[in-house]
Amino acid sequence: MAFLEIEEIHAYYGHIHALKGVSLYVEKGEIVTLIGANGAGKSTMLKTTSGLLSPRHGSIRFEGEELTRYRPHEIVAKGVVQVPEGRRVFGRLTVRENLEMGAFALSDPKLIEANLERVFNLFPRLKERQKQVAGTLSGGEQQMLATGRALMANPRVLLMDEPSMGLAPVLVDNIFNTIRQLHAQGTTILLVEQNARKALEVASRGYVLQSGVMVLTDTAQNLQRNEMVRKAYLGET
Amino acid sequence: MRKNSPTSKGILSSLKIGLKTGLVGAILTVLLSLIGMVEAFSQRYIIHEVISMGHTLLLLSGYFIADRAARRSISKGKSLALLNSLISGFLSSGSLILLIFLGAFVNLRSVFINASPVLYQLLLFGEEIRTGVLLLFFVGGVVGFFSGLLYLLTGWIKKLTLIPLGSILIAGVLQDLLRPTLAAWGPLSILSEWIFTANGLSISGAIVLGVSISIGSLLWSFKGKSLQRGIKSLSGSKRKIFTYAGFLTLVFLLLVLPHLLGLFLSEVLTIVGLYILLGLGLNIVVGYAGLLDLGYVAFFAIGAYTTAILTSQELGFFHFTFWSALPIAILMGIFSGVLLGIPVLKMRGDYLAIATLGFGEIIRILVLSDFLRPWLGGAQGIGKIPKASIGSFEFARPQEIYYLILAGCLLVVFISLRLKDSRIGRAWMAMREDEDVAQAMGINLVSTKLLAFATGAGFSALSGAIFASKLGSVYPHSFNVMISINVVCLIIVGGMGSIPGVMVGAFALVGLPELLREFAEYRLLVYGAALVVMMLLKPEGLWPEAIRRRELHEEPGEKLSNDSTQGTSGS
Repeated sequence: MAFLEIEEIHAYYGHIHALKGVSLYVEKGEIVTLIGANGAGKSTMLKTTSGLLSPRHGSIRFEGEELTRYRPHEIVAKGVVQVPEGRRVFGRLTVRENLEMGAFALSDPKLIEANLERVFNLFPRLKERQKQVAGTLSGGEQQMLATGRALMANPRVLLMDEPSMGLAPVLVDNIFNTIRQLHAQGTTILLVEQNARKALEVASRGYVLQSGVMVLTDTAQNLQRNEMVRKAYLGET
Repeated sequence: MRKNSPTSKGILSSLKIGLKTGLVGAILTVLLSLIGMVEAFSQRYIIHEVISMGHTLLLLSGYFIADRAARRSISKGKSLALLNSLISGFLSSGSLILLIFLGAFVNLRSVFINASPVLYQLLLFGEEIRTGVLLLFFVGGVVGFFSGLLYLLTGWIKKLTLIPLGSILIAGVLQDLLRPTLAAWGPLSILSEWIFTANGLSISGAIVLGVSISIGSLLWSFKGKSLQRGIKSLSGSKRKIFTYAGFLTLVFLLLVLPHLLGLFLSEVLTIVGLYILLGLGLNIVVGYAGLLDLGYVAFFAIGAYTTAILTSQELGFFHFTFWSALPIAILMGIFSGVLLGIPVLKMRGDYLAIATLGFGEIIRILVLSDFLRPWLGGAQGIGKIPKASIGSFEFARPQEIYYLILAGCLLVVFISLRLKDSRIGRAWMAMREDEDVAQAMGINLVSTKLLAFATGAGFSALSGAIFASKLGSVYPHSFNVMISINVVCLIIVGGMGSIPGVMVGAFALVGLPELLREFAEYRLLVYGAALVVMMLLKPEGLWPEAIRRRELHEEPGEKLSNDSTQGTSGS
């Protein structure tokens, strides 16, 4: 039994069948990436996992426990935490307030303090700017903040939705370095990315989603060599 | 176009600003005259027999328009700015002259009932037409020039012109508040009799007031800073004494206020107080949680009607006292808040506003209905609601009900303050900023939303219960949608999410119109204008919450990050 196990999920937006029986699993301590084009259903997959969207069929199990019957805030409390797409920091709150908001599900002040310390170690930049209003941060800093905010909740699985979106190449490298660091610290990560090249570099395994159907899964290394993946997602001819 | 060199074409194009702004001023002054505001306001004098409020209204609009003109053209040079404001002043008064001539040939009264000969007389300063028109035109130019000049001036001269004029204006507008208040204070009553006449300030009073206030402000600007520094440099314990003394003075003032103010002003104060209670409740829903609720009056009605049903001798169902009915009324409010909350859980923004608007109307129509008439009294309402009392002390007159409302306000302020910094307060804040992300942070949206609705509704029901006992009767017509709108307006004008803002908003939007009875007819117009002006000039409100101030008047990031580095190195 895998750490996080998604089985035969069907999800709908109104009449649109967005996920057509998708399955994947993530083992403890692993980075797994989900790649695919725009509208393939990658974000839907994460939304369904974190409970923001309920699937019509299928099951999602975390450590053997069925997640689909829980509400989003309960799922966060179990340690399945999402870094939302497009960062979405609380623009009018300060950096520190944003981080504290991330620890909403926790109640132990010592634990919150320790998490804050951990986030500041990971992102010294956020420590420097903790009193700054989040809306005035640069894109890269906002991504740090969104990631840090999710880390505040003590995630056991981190669901990252396109962390590199809209960032300059240098910052993209930074983000992927952070992901490596988190992995080294033992965090389990399910990474949704359009930047397939980078994602496959950090991940151990990968899945390819196409129009709501999982078309391919393999180790990251094999996927990097795969003809179809190279053509469609790595931009090679 | 943007050249500074005064070529003839360049000058013409830069005078465009004055012409454009002046046209706005022209529309404004004509509008104020035609809707009858000038005439209605000229019943009251600012300075007795010298200048009426109606004229002041026109002068002020001319002043602000010319100020805008100067502000917008200052980049083109000082003399051009002055010229522009002069032009806009002439246009503002010129349009009134056109109106007078038009009125002489065409009967405007068939459309604008206020375009009466009295209005024309007022606009002509009571002179015959030739002198009057010249005078009016001249005054427009003077106001425009004066406004432009004041804009260009800085420092002492500007202060020494604006402060006395402003204080005379404020004293004149608030004469109904100041005169009876001062009259109640032995020695001060002589002063007040001397400054004020029965209608407006006396000339000598205005001069003395203006001079003494400007001397005061001069002294303050010399000594004030060192005084403030003095207070700051005081040792911790001494400063504590200062704060305590200030606090005690405030408490004392709040306690004796109704005795100083007398019947009429205490009545005004109780109305303002009820609106503060309503505002603080809605502030939780709108300001803290970001849920736009336009049916807020429903909970006010539910509180009032619950109290009425439980205590009214006319109905005779129950014979509760006010105090035993009060908690039930609040509970009913909370219950109905949750009841409204459940169906609208998934709604956001405008959809939520419309749904709640409907809820408010449903309650009003239910109360009016024949179906519920035997229990709720239909259009006749419910009468004979006993007053609240403690022992033999009865809260009957406004001066006594004031204490009831004050206690309610203090309680609600206390709860609001505590909630704001609590866990649930932070959940509300996160929800207000971004519902989806709040959910992803582990915030239970359902309970968080319902709690906001319930708390707001509970405060509103409390206000309704006091309202019922204050009036002694309840009618469905007291609970129309305007109450909801008023409360939303006062929150916006005061500053969303800010507790002092709610109070300032209530005094400005509810208290002032009660004091200026001439306003009554134009209340909605003034509301609308106030909201538009607020959105343009101070969108964060009169007394904004820290977070909104931060957003709308952004501090430079540099400074903030410096602060933070200092903060971290210090800690």
